[in-house]
Amino acid sequence: MILVNGTERAGPTSVRRLLSDYLRHDLGLTGTHVGCEHGVCGCCTVLLDGSPVRSCLMLAVQADGHQVTTIEGLAPEAAPLHPVQQAFHECHGLQCGFCTPGFVMSVTGFLADNPSPSDAEITEGIAGNLCRCTGYASIRRAVRRAAELLEDERA
Amino acid sequence: MKPPVFEYHAPRSVAETVALLADLEDAKVLAGGQSLIPLLNFRLARPAHLVDVNGVTELERVHERDSGVAVGAAVRQATAERHPVLRGRCPLVPLALRHVAHQVIRNRGTVCGSLAHADPASELCAVLLVLGGHVVARSRRGERTIEAHDLFRGTFETALEADELVTEAWFPEHGPDVSLVEESRRHGDFAMAGVVRAGDRLALFGVAPTPVLADPADPTRGLQPSADLECSADFKLHLVQVLSRRAATREGSA
Repeated sequence: MILVNGTERAGPTSVRRLLSDYLRHDLGLTGTHVGCEHGVCGCCTVLLDGSPVRSCLMLAVQADGHQVTTIEGLAPEAAPLHPVQQAFHECHGLQCGFCTPGFVMSVTGFLADNPSPSDAEITEGIAGNLCRCTGYASIRRAVRRAAELLEDERA
Repeated sequence: MKPPVFEYHAPRSVAETVALLADLEDAKVLAGGQSLIPLLNFRLARPAHLVDVNGVTELERVHERDSGVAVGAAVRQATAERHPVLRGRCPLVPLALRHVAHQVIRNRGTVCGSLAHADPASELCAVLLVLGGHVVARSRRGERTIEAHDLFRGTFETALEADELVTEAWFPEHGPDVSLVEESRRHGDFAMAGVVRAGDRLALFGVAPTPVLADPADPTRGLQPSADLECSADFKLHLVQVLSRRAATREGSA
């Protein structure tokens, strides 16, 4: 069994199934995007037991007994958004949206680890995700804003 | 881009793992998978069997032994990067890990996996070489130690036999006078050239089929790098000169 967004799901039927394809094709969780399928673009990033990982670089069978959180699991209802999603919305951290789920999951894991990062740490923290249209300046702003929103939430 | 057909095995102990490796024809160890899974996705690797060691908890250990630190085969790079024992006794290892791909990759990738994969541009392989470390290889035939200078044989080639599992990598204790500098086109990419220094010992990576030790006074002597898509051979030689100078004068990394 794999605990996906808090719900127990039966594992994949084939050991060849990548975690990314299992989420999209077997569970219909198409919020996890698939870009390069070799670990470069970061679109398919999900949380595995709370840490961001590339779901295209893992077999679904390896998630057996673990918790997986996808973009759908961050804010299950349409509103309110998760603080990281809210920050991307406010700061124009997305344009076409293809890379966004990966960025949001990476940033969620990054800020959980480092709640008040410096600008250099933010740049380092998002370096594993590629965006081809919005531009990293707005995304960096969104990360700073997300850190504020998360801090407000904790206060 | 999907992995080819393989049989999947998830052993729970080292004994079970080496028994599988001994009995199975064409088996490959799967650790962090951050190099192996892309190779499967690209169909560049087509092993008949994958032996997944992620469930072998006895391989998750970081411990001090013989004036150094041993890192088990299932220890993630992210764990090693933050490990207080490595930070205190082997500061070059966490320092180098900051240059290995990106944080999200290091959350899954393992230290021993990088060594067994033996990418010519691997920081960790050069670190093991410059420090004079070793790996411990186990098979049903027994256990042996492979010194770093014997381990790396060529591009993605090591002295490991098909039935051997790297159970741990051992790094000798060292002082804080270490540095690592590398140059890549984009942050987190494989380096076009890199230099790692521990005291007065220097190793180069990304400029030969394996990491190589170099003379700090003449770091390019005997070096014949091949050009690749990003970098001519001459430019690699130039980078080695510049990076060696920087490595000599700088502590830490860039």
